[in-house]
Amino acid sequence: MADAAKPAPTKGGRANTKKELPEHFKAYKHVWVAVEIEHGAVHSVSFELLGEGRKLADKRGVELAAVLMGDDREALGKAAQDCFEYGADCVYIACDPALKHYRNETSTQVLTDIVNTYQPEILLLGATNLGRDLAGSVATTLKTGLTADSTELAIDEDGSLAATRPTFGGSLLCTIFTLNFRPQMATVRPRVMAMPEREEGRSGRIVEFTPNIAEDDVVTKVLDFIADRDSDKAALPYADVVVAGGLGLGSVENFQLVKDLAAVLGAEYGGSRPLVQKGWITSDRQIGQTGKTIRPRLYIAAGISGAIQHRVGVEGADLILAINTDPKAPIFEFAHLGIVADAVTLLPALTEAFARRLRVTRMAS
Amino acid sequence: MHIVVCIKQVPDSAQIRVHPVTNTIMRQGVPTIINPYDLFALEEALRLKDRLGASVTALCMGPPTASESLRKALTFGADRAVLLTDRYFAGSDTLATSYALSMALTKIGEEFGTPEIVFTGKQTIDGDTAQVGPGIASRLKLNQLTYISKIVATDLEAGRITVERRAETGTQVLATKLPVLITMLEATNEMRRGTIAQALEAARAEIITWNASDVGIEDLTKCGLRGSPTIVKKVFAPTARSEAAAMIEAEGTMDAKARAVVDAIFARAPGVEDDLTAQALHHYV
Amino acid sequence: MAEMEDTFDAIVVGAGPSGNAAAYTLAKEGLSVLQIERGEYAGSKNVQGAILYSDALEKIIPEFREEAPLERHVIEQRMWSMDDTSHTGMHYRSGDFNEEKPNRYTILRAQFDKWFSAKVKEAGALVLCETTVTELVKDLTGRVIGVRTDRQGNPIFAPVVILAEGVNGLVGQRSGLRPEIAPESVALAVKEMHFLPRETIEARFNLKGNEGVVIEAMGTITRGMTGTGFLYTNEESISVGIGCIVSDFAEGEATPAELLEAFKAHPSIAPLLEGSEVKEYAAHLIPEGGYKAIPQLTGDGWIVVGDAGQFVNAVHREGSNLAMTTGRIAAETVVALHRKGEAMDGYTLKEYERRLEATFVMKDLKKYKGIPGLLDANKTTFFGTYPRLFSQAMQTWFRVDGVDKKTKEKAILKSFRDSRSLRGLLGDAWRVARAWR
Ligand SMILES: Cc1cc2nc3c(=O)[nH]c(=O)nc-3n(C[C@H](O)[C@H](O)[C@H](O)COP(=O)(O)OP(=O)(O)OC[C@H]3O[C@@H](n4cnc5c(N)ncnc54)[C@H](O)[C@@H]3O)c2cc1C
Ligand SMILES: Cc1cc2nc3c(=O)[nH]c(=O)nc-3n(C[C@H](O)[C@H](O)[C@H](O)COP(=O)(O)OP(=O)(O)OC[C@H]3O[C@@H](n4cnc5c(N)ncnc54)[C@H](O)[C@@H]3O)c2cc1C
Ligand SMILES: Nc1ncnc2c1ncn2[C@@H]1O[C@H](COP(=O)(O)O)[C@@H](O)[C@H]1O
Repeated sequence: MADAAKPAPTKGGRANTKKELPEHFKAYKHVWVAVEIEHGAVHSVSFELLGEGRKLADKRGVELAAVLMGDDREALGKAAQDCFEYGADCVYIACDPALKHYRNETSTQVLTDIVNTYQPEILLLGATNLGRDLAGSVATTLKTGLTADSTELAIDEDGSLAATRPTFGGSLLCTIFTLNFRPQMATVRPRVMAMPEREEGRSGRIVEFTPNIAEDDVVTKVLDFIADRDSDKAALPYADVVVAGGLGLGSVENFQLVKDLAAVLGAEYGGSRPLVQKGWITSDRQIGQTGKTIRPRLYIAAGISGAIQHRVGVEGADLILAINTDPKAPIFEFAHLGIVADAVTLLPALTEAFARRLRVTRMAS
Repeated sequence: MHIVVCIKQVPDSAQIRVHPVTNTIMRQGVPTIINPYDLFALEEALRLKDRLGASVTALCMGPPTASESLRKALTFGADRAVLLTDRYFAGSDTLATSYALSMALTKIGEEFGTPEIVFTGKQTIDGDTAQVGPGIASRLKLNQLTYISKIVATDLEAGRITVERRAETGTQVLATKLPVLITMLEATNEMRRGTIAQALEAARAEIITWNASDVGIEDLTKCGLRGSPTIVKKVFAPTARSEAAAMIEAEGTMDAKARAVVDAIFARAPGVEDDLTAQALHHYV
Repeated sequence: MAEMEDTFDAIVVGAGPSGNAAAYTLAKEGLSVLQIERGEYAGSKNVQGAILYSDALEKIIPEFREEAPLERHVIEQRMWSMDDTSHTGMHYRSGDFNEEKPNRYTILRAQFDKWFSAKVKEAGALVLCETTVTELVKDLTGRVIGVRTDRQGNPIFAPVVILAEGVNGLVGQRSGLRPEIAPESVALAVKEMHFLPRETIEARFNLKGNEGVVIEAMGTITRGMTGTGFLYTNEESISVGIGCIVSDFAEGEATPAELLEAFKAHPSIAPLLEGSEVKEYAAHLIPEGGYKAIPQLTGDGWIVVGDAGQFVNAVHREGSNLAMTTGRIAAETVVALHRKGEAMDGYTLKEYERRLEATFVMKDLKKYKGIPGLLDANKTTFFGTYPRLFSQAMQTWFRVDGVDKKTKEKAILKSFRDSRSLRGLLGDAWRVARAWR
């Protein structure tokens, strides 16, 4: 995306003059999601994107398609059914032994080939390590525009994709277009879009695509895959309840209070970036712009000031409770509930109160 | 061995402010720094240099003042610094940036030897796209290794490299052929401090400065704003939520306050209470 | 290169106004200069707004107005005596200050120092940032011959080291060249930047274009401690701060942060800052001991300039101009000795002090040498009693309440006499006059 720091383009500048879309791009139609599969499992960001893609496709009056790449035809078939149930009208399946593991080389080639063959107007990917790795190569190979880490996707009155994303660490938002090139590409981080409702039994068209690759020609080899042992690493973005702490806790010892409350609530815990820098928590527990985006039903933030970079990662939460000693802390501007209190003394009391309440409710029921 | 590290000079976004009226970035007085993610790439290159005796070139596309960041890279121990600067580069998006940088990399290869490894950071803190690295790799047909947490082995003779790559749910161990482009993961190493001799040398060093035509760019429509397929149409400040938090004003002991908080939460989210109770039941049963 | 011993004609420690003035002057005259600054860049440790007095800089870089990052030129000076709810002020504003070459500017030190440092490099000096001088290297006779830094490697040598390291002067202290600064002779100032759109600032202070206002205030805002508050208008921000003598703070009346909060909340100040976005809280020491606190300035192979030499005129809040002037004169002295091929020892370098005697620097500091002591001895009177009395007097005088003016006059006079006896009043007047002389 272009550097958003330059002053908003002036009238009559290039940005406001929509050139005619070159003739060879006019055939590009439909909205696509490149589905992310790692070790047989579909990453939920792909379903979130199908939900969002559905809206875009409906607005454009076109089809929504999913692209699946892998080596296990049966598993791909199952994944295709999931895609239909999450809103896809059509699924492109590329099945080849060389697609067993994700590799930039093979996936870039296959995805660009499918794009060139079937010509979508919009192509969405998850802004995960895999999606970002792939999107950058595909966009460069296709010489088209790519809006990374979008937080909002819309179709403007001319029918173009308007992708909005934070810039300058979230201090500003900008809306980005790819007017004269196709496909219009965007990535979206997990949990930024809501998970769509699943429509059981919904089905669609499957198009088999025969990849033009051979393992022998592939330079990069996967020697090993070490799955994360700490299996909850990926759980934070998907947790229903998240308890997080910030610098206001004062010490790594006090951070234990956050973990205690999380334990009682069966919640995940996380924290603001300075805690990662101080080594109180690991980086996959960081919440915010440069950490994880979360969408829990309940988010409890203790001793977090609520800087914009933190805020953008938690805004999707249904209910935010903020605990802070400073009544003017910015977090109270976007939390739903707030209490001015010392987190170090309130947290243990809260843990206790929740424990008692949940036990009481259980006995009453 | 020759290694090139792409570093970007960025405004220290922690200190950026948005003009309350015009919603433009107020850059005045905001210090610039080397993109923090790029330091991990640079340090990794310097470690390879220590181990294998490589020469390290730092490359930056940016305004003339970006030479400060390059000089700093020299202070850390880079051997050579190249600044790519031209007003035609202004307004580049990732596609145009990767084009200009790949042209400069080609020229660097011609002048100082083809690099076996090109490093970039994981992402920048201003553009924040993580796309420039993959863009360069695609253009120069380098084997692309993103989110690398560790360089396991480098075999120069055989032209092979083995790395650990951070995937979504685990770590991939990948082996591939040189030349490669590596985007280095953050927190994988810690930047060293240059010696006094390196600092003095860096202060005296000449920064090699090239413009578009120096690196052989003839078609200027591939550069800057004109070479960028993406168009920023609107820049705006995030809207504040209409209402501020409802403050829980409980008196008395901490326990009383805690109860008030629990009540307030469950009053707003009865569903959460039901589910938590069910979950608690599950645990006890 | 690493094996080669690095030798320069002069080493300058610090890249504040004094160090930059010295390094620039030396480099401009063709000497090989190494300047070492511990901050990330010159000015990185100086996040404050400040007043720049043109004259001292003009003598070094005559065309500075065309290039330096200047905020606003000062056309109005407000001097306020404040009590808890009011201020009694004297304002001087003149169109004459809109002259072609304005006399005073507000600046942001971070940007200004960075610009000055770029000029130093342009002039040919080598500038090393993020490097701290840890100690001076001496030969067997105790003569300073170079510096050691916190980076690995050999020391760097030069026949003379100019210490422009600011108020703390740790290098000088550690190397036994000067005593630790006394808490009575240094003030601690805290300061904030308040960002506002330029239109708001101009409307609020009645300014056009790049015109600026300075407010200096004393009174109950320092709760009986010796100190002052200030407010400067920058282009798109306001610098506001307050400072008191460190030994007064030690008595625990209030913390600097509390004073600043109260100052900002004062009904005379709050409306000026309303709606601003606060950024950058900074604390910094100002040497205020004046003439009597000046340490030894020269020795074998070393010279002290700027704040490190206590060159601050606290009464007029001048510092950077004294810093630049002492830096320049030290450099000129070194250049002259270098040209003549003379040694830089305690005897020859004394020439620096002789040259300084002839400038406003020493003349002003001598003139006010009694002030710090006077204020310290009469803190409660000058920073409590008088500001309150002024305020009361003004209230009495301006409030139209049916009381005749003659009675009001009497009441005012009586209020002064009651709180401060006639002798006290006359005594204060005499003491101030004497200290001012
Ligand atoms: C490029 C960039 C990316 C960034 N990305 C992220 C990101 O992804 N995530 C992120 O979180 N940050 C991020 N940051 C950092 C962000 O700008 C803030 O600095 C950070 O979020 C502040 O963390 P904090 O709230 O824990 O600490 P602070 O800002 O220091 O706030 C501590 C808070 O605790 C309160 N407090 C103090 N004592 C107590 C007590 N006893 N009880 C209760 N409250 C107390 C204080 O009033 C204060 O509000 C990023 C910054 C940059 C520049
Ligand atoms: C709040 C405040 C407001 C002020 N307002 C004004 C004003 O309006 N007008 C005015 O004229 N004056 C003002 N002053 C005074 C003025 O700032 C100083 O007099 C002036 O900065 C002194 O310059 P200097 O070069 O001697 O020291 P400094 O500006 O302090 O510079 C010293 C430099 O040396 C570096 N350094 C220190 N030790 C080492 C070391 N060991 N190795 C390497 N580098 C080192 C420091 O990082 C620093 O950059 C103000 C001061 C304060 C605190
Ligand atoms: N202008 C530039 N000059 C040099 N390197 C750059 C530039 N822009 C981006 N990079 C490199 O590309 C990486 C990813 O940047 P981005 O795609 O902007 O997040 C950075 O970490 C840098 O290593």
